[in-house]
Amino acid sequence: MLSLKMALRSIGANKMRAALTMLGIIIGVMALVVLVSLVTSATDTVTSEVSSLGSSLLTVTVSDDKGHPIKLSDLRSWVDEQPTVAAIAPYASDTVTGKYDTESSSFTIYGTTPDYCVINDQQLIEGRYLKNADVDNASRVCVIDKSTAEELIGYSDCVGEEISLEGVKYKVIGVVEDDENISITSLFSGSTMTAYIPYTSLIRLSDTATSTISAFYIGASDGFSVDDAERAMTAVLNDRFEDDEDAYSISSVNLIEEAMNSITNVLTILLGGIAAISLIVGGIGIMNIMLVTVTERTREIGIRKAIGASRGTILRQFLIEAVVLCMLGCGLGIFISWAILQIISIITANTALVFRLQTTVVGLSVLFCFIIGVVFGLYPANKAAKMKPIDALHYGG
Amino acid sequence: MIELRDVSKVYQIGDERVRALDHANLHVYPHEFVSIIGPSGSGKSTLMNIVGCLDTADAGTYLLDGMPIEAYSENELAQVRNKKIGFVFQSFNLISKLSAAENVELPLIYQGVRASERRQRVKEALARVGLEKRANHQPTELSGGQQQRVAIARALVTRPSLILADEPTGNLDSRTSREILDIFRELHEQGNTIVLITHDNDIARQAKRIVHILDGRLTEVTL
Repeated sequence: MLSLKMALRSIGANKMRAALTMLGIIIGVMALVVLVSLVTSATDTVTSEVSSLGSSLLTVTVSDDKGHPIKLSDLRSWVDEQPTVAAIAPYASDTVTGKYDTESSSFTIYGTTPDYCVINDQQLIEGRYLKNADVDNASRVCVIDKSTAEELIGYSDCVGEEISLEGVKYKVIGVVEDDENISITSLFSGSTMTAYIPYTSLIRLSDTATSTISAFYIGASDGFSVDDAERAMTAVLNDRFEDDEDAYSISSVNLIEEAMNSITNVLTILLGGIAAISLIVGGIGIMNIMLVTVTERTREIGIRKAIGASRGTILRQFLIEAVVLCMLGCGLGIFISWAILQIISIITANTALVFRLQTTVVGLSVLFCFIIGVVFGLYPANKAAKMKPIDALHYGG
Repeated sequence: MIELRDVSKVYQIGDERVRALDHANLHVYPHEFVSIIGPSGSGKSTLMNIVGCLDTADAGTYLLDGMPIEAYSENELAQVRNKKIGFVFQSFNLISKLSAAENVELPLIYQGVRASERRQRVKEALARVGLEKRANHQPTELSGGQQQRVAIARALVTRPSLILADEPTGNLDSRTSREILDIFRELHEQGNTIVLITHDNDIARQAKRIVHILDGRLTEVTL
């Protein structure tokens, strides 16, 4: 307590210098707290809205079919047998080169069945969707999304046009609204064109799909929840795969939510890293000033040693001073961050976004500042503690 | 009390070896008031630093209260300075940011004395040098004589075995010097052991016993 008071007094004796020194820490803490709070608050708001819609579909992936491969006919019979299940759509995709006229572009093509439209709630704008007959005959037809139609063909009313995928001509039978899930995925894959073709056609076109289905979507019937469908399908799949739960996975994770989370995590780590670097720079500033302070107060150190201060006492005195300086900067930084977030909240009051100080990042910055204070205070404090009493006492006169 | 046996200290200044103390022998008994007199460069300061445990000797034995000092670690020396020795310097050496009372309190804080007892002892020590009314003044608000009295109070407050004064009147006018020397004499009469280092014969004569130092050698002067 006493040494804390002493530290505050010697910091107070040089207010301007202390303020300038703390600036580095203040800015570092502000960067950390404000940026991370903004990102997490924004994504929290968006994901809570997304998840309030509830996840509408189940995803099943099969890793080991135990000699009972799932065929298209299995999917159809499950839809008939299970009252909770309204639709099941197999799912496979590949990236190929698509061509229309002289334009060519990278395409993500999805091989599936008519149920895909229902499960993923796709909105048809033009023409018709894939039909069971298309799947049975492995027809060369495709449904493309609106942005693909506009970019590649030039207009969205393009039913009847032919595009070539990997050199094979496909007739456009319908145009659907862009799928948000897919536009996030395509951000990462870099291809913007999307086409849906019969699953059986994809088997012929690409090596990624075979008649053995390894991934499919399940949509619940009206009046039943996704959980009901999940329970029913888990029973069916357990039966088929000899109760081996590692053979397949069934999940109801919302794709948007998943994509949002991964973006948030990347942003948080990135921004946190930048802020941490500025905090370290602030710490170097603290060390610099502490070294100056130690030299300035050499005589005081000599006096203290002459009247009986041990090495440890002097070390503690200067270390506490450095840590207190850091923590003051940290406190101020957090306060300013809070004020900034309040102001942003007022400005964005009429939007759905809510910006709040994230307690975890506040805790983290306090911890980080403390560590910086100790690490960067140790060298100057040790320098002070190591001084010989006679040399220090006779320093500068 | 203090026993120096063949104590030597050599400094290397450039190529030259300076023998600051040359087989110095000194014996100070409890309750004595001893002056050590010598011109500048005679080894006074080196002697003071060694007796005050601010520095250690190159050769010889130094016994303080019967305990040999050379073998002590730095932290043990700090404890000896804290508990057994009270320093009074020529330039007062008060910490300018702290008030008179806080300066006097500092050695007690390093000893780990309780707050209530600290307050009591600081009050007593300041009263003894007649400065109880100035306890909360900063050193810069005090005259030279008053500052030196604060320094004496700081030296007294730990009830040390030995009060070591290095030219305590060097920065003071003659009237204030007399006041300070009166305080030392009173302290001696109350049973304190005092070693006073000076270059001034008149001041040295205040002590019961005078030791002369020249070129690092000590010689007893009898009045």
